[in-house]
Amino acid sequence: MNFNMNLKNLIMILVATLALSACSTAKKSQSTNGDVYTGKDTVEYLASGVPDRVFFATNKTSLTTASRETLRKQATYLRKNKKLNVTIEGHADERGTREYNLALGERRANSAKDYLMTYGISGKRISVISYGKEKPVNTASTPLAWSQNRRSVTVKVN
Amino acid sequence: MKRFTLYFTSLILILYTSSAYSLIKVDITRGNLDPLPIAVSPLHVDIKSETIDGIKSKDLGENISKIIEKNFRSTGLFNPLKKDAFVQKPDIAHLKPRFEDWRLIKAQALVTGKLLIKNDKLKVEFRLWDVTASKEIIALAFTTTPTNWRRVAHIISDKIYERLTGEDGYFDTRIIYVSEAGPKDKRVKKLAIMDQDGANTKYLTLGNELVLTPRFNPANQLVTYLSYFRNLPRVYLLDIETGVQEVVGNFPGMTFAPRFSPDGKKIIMSFAQNGNSDIYTMNLETRNVEKITEHSSIDTSPSYSPDGKYICFNSDRSGLQQIYVMKSDGSNVKRISFGSGLYGTPVWSPRGDLIAFTKVRKGRFYIGVMRADGSGERLLTENFYQEAPSWSPNGRVLVFYRETKSGPKGEGFSAKLWSIDITGYNERKMETETDASDPSWSSLLSK
Repeated sequence: MNFNMNLKNLIMILVATLALSACSTAKKSQSTNGDVYTGKDTVEYLASGVPDRVFFATNKTSLTTASRETLRKQATYLRKNKKLNVTIEGHADERGTREYNLALGERRANSAKDYLMTYGISGKRISVISYGKEKPVNTASTPLAWSQNRRSVTVKVN
Repeated sequence: MKRFTLYFTSLILILYTSSAYSLIKVDITRGNLDPLPIAVSPLHVDIKSETIDGIKSKDLGENISKIIEKNFRSTGLFNPLKKDAFVQKPDIAHLKPRFEDWRLIKAQALVTGKLLIKNDKLKVEFRLWDVTASKEIIALAFTTTPTNWRRVAHIISDKIYERLTGEDGYFDTRIIYVSEAGPKDKRVKKLAIMDQDGANTKYLTLGNELVLTPRFNPANQLVTYLSYFRNLPRVYLLDIETGVQEVVGNFPGMTFAPRFSPDGKKIIMSFAQNGNSDIYTMNLETRNVEKITEHSSIDTSPSYSPDGKYICFNSDRSGLQQIYVMKSDGSNVKRISFGSGLYGTPVWSPRGDLIAFTKVRKGRFYIGVMRADGSGERLLTENFYQEAPSWSPNGRVLVFYRETKSGPKGEGFSAKLWSIDITGYNERKMETETDASDPSWSSLLSK
């Protein structure tokens, strides 16, 4: 049953990934690469080599290749630590309206959650919370700061 | 909120102009570049007035007139004249103004009055005079408790505003907002309430948990807002008089973006689950929950039309944030925003004709209005960041919040309330004790 669910999720993710890659080739000319933060500043670690967060493009909630890699590492770590539960915090930058940002944060956190579930982590171990634009990690008003603030962060709860 | 009883002991004569005289009238259809010169004489204080704890009755006449002047100045429609040019004493002017003296200082309208504090009651009488036509326009008297003296000033302001503009007033009102303090990444936020002119600030929460987006019910006694109490973001209901709070509904996830229906019976809000936000209502009497939108997109920021028949809301179902209107049962969804850029926080005017919104375009934020069918879009103000307009109860002024750009360490960050006339003129920073955001304007308290 559980396996079936996971398989279904995986197929859905694959379909989504295909759709996205088609999308991203079409959008390459806009060079939105710079919009998603790819650096290591602000990143913390759940364990050695397991980054705690992934980053998003402006107004987007889809996972980049790098984000999926990070989440696979988190999934591996969570599979090894079976008693560990996590909360995924979803965040937005300060360049959107407050209420929409709350919804956006919730969707980002769930993107990360869905991906972890695809890799076999039970949804019961993962809670999500959105903070919208309320908890910036970088308080500057710059494109770099905004890219670091558009994130979902996996936090240990026990 | 203390109950306020207003006894209209006399409602004397409202004289209408004969066609021979052009009675003063304020043109409110455009930004007023030629505000009406008005003289507000200090109210004469009856020497028999008693002194009450905390209220200097001697200064009360002067103080009331100052509040009236400040209200008028804030509209941009009136130009209150300096008092040092007044030649007539307040008591004599109130009996019978020497109009030629007031014409000499270019006053077109004159406000006079007197007051008496006796037996723990404040009796106030005022008159509005048309200086040009040498006529009394309104005379009103009322009695209340002395601690209500600021509200007396606001009610007088409303009566005069109504008479001179032909529209409802909005001075005897309050604004609920989120008071902010501390560094940008550790903001402490509290619910705060104040009079429309910034006086009488009271804090309704202690700042222990994050609170956002408070909104009044039509009777101004309940507030619905988002609280992160126990780190669970949920819509709450707060009774301002009793201080009793409760969670709205029993949703297994984040509820947010609440507002009351125009009859005050329902709360409309978003509920987010599994990455999808839809719009729901909950009836506060029956506790009945209804799902209004069903779409895989983010649907949020709902706001009812004043007749309750329609809802405007924000959705990204087209790919990006836009404004939509639907019937209150969720049928007939129509997109109404089509300009370039993103549109958020739609809020229906209490007059029903306009929808105010936030627009984001090329990295700049605008507050604007459009008709309910999406036509006639007008952008009123542009800035680095501003959003969340709320209407004055007469549909004449919008209050919103504006945040400044901060430096590399978050320094220089501030959030303040601003107001602007729907003509796009008269943009003003509102006085608040602390930084402030998410304003919501009450309806008229004395109606």
